[in-house]
Amino acid sequence: MPVANIQISETPLVLYTLRRADDALILGHRLPEWCGHAPMLEEDMALSNIALDLIGQARELYSYAAKVEGRDNDEDKFAYLRDVRQYRNLLLVEQPNGDFAQTLVRQFFYSAFADLYWRAMMGSRDATLAAIAAKSEKESAYHLRHSSEWIIRLGDGTEESHARAQGAVDHLWAFTGEMFAVDDSERGLIDAGAAVDPASLRDRWLKTVTGVISEATLTLPQNNWMQQGGRAGRHSEHLGHLLSELQSMQRTFPGLTW
Amino acid sequence: MATPNTPLWEVFIRSRNGLAHKHVGSLHASDATMALQAARDIYTRRGEGLSIWVVPSTAITASDPAEKGMMFEPAESKIYRHPTFYEVPEEVGHM
Repeated sequence: MPVANIQISETPLVLYTLRRADDALILGHRLPEWCGHAPMLEEDMALSNIALDLIGQARELYSYAAKVEGRDNDEDKFAYLRDVRQYRNLLLVEQPNGDFAQTLVRQFFYSAFADLYWRAMMGSRDATLAAIAAKSEKESAYHLRHSSEWIIRLGDGTEESHARAQGAVDHLWAFTGEMFAVDDSERGLIDAGAAVDPASLRDRWLKTVTGVISEATLTLPQNNWMQQGGRAGRHSEHLGHLLSELQSMQRTFPGLTW
Repeated sequence: MATPNTPLWEVFIRSRNGLAHKHVGSLHASDATMALQAARDIYTRRGEGLSIWVVPSTAITASDPAEKGMMFEPAESKIYRHPTFYEVPEEVGHM
């Protein structure tokens, strides 16, 4: 018996919070797919640690979204009982792990953004979001350092690691533009000082990314056509597969607890 | 496992101010920076540390277990080196 999806009253603040929560949850689900399979035990642990930071962020954001929404939804329902079209994460974070280089480039692009974003959000007029940002910023700063060091070593490593890292940069570049896009729903929150305008962070993001990429002897693609849709619920085929795994227990045994 | 690109490092953690760094284990990493990151991720996940040292395992010179008689047994019979023959006044409390 399929379990019905929850209904959500998507006010701008609820939608905004769900988008950030979904980014964190989906990336936090992707990374531990490496658990037991990473090239070395040390990275098995490192990637799972990063994932636990992200899942912690997701939980706080989902709980806040539930509180703002004021219905009977909660963090578990948001995670387990929404289908693909109700998820609002960036397309970048749902992309498959691929090889180790692809996982680390995805992490690098996202963490370079998240680090700036959460630092800026510490000044949000929304006290809860500001508090979540303060915690997330420290975590993101480490995620950025971890992935940056890997990008430098993969890019400036062997011929094969360089080729794989460059391939990952070329492949994932088109998913980076969505991080800086703003729609009408979010514009109101930005004007009210509750959210920061991600577009205002793009120059600094590009500076960080360019610095690491060039130290890694890699190059950024010249093509600036960007894929979008995740924020509006239009996802790549990969998210459905991810959710079927993430949600299988709750969909099969509704209300299951450990 | 032979890992020519990721040699072995020994990890030392200081858990609190005033305590010494203590050996907690080892790990594989390509260089010192990566070793420090890996040490953070493997050995300080539960709030164990305030400071980390990583040292290439090859930099450690170890005593030879076969020489333990010569190295350590002579100290065993010299109980007068332990400061257990002093009476500590009660006011001092635990030392």
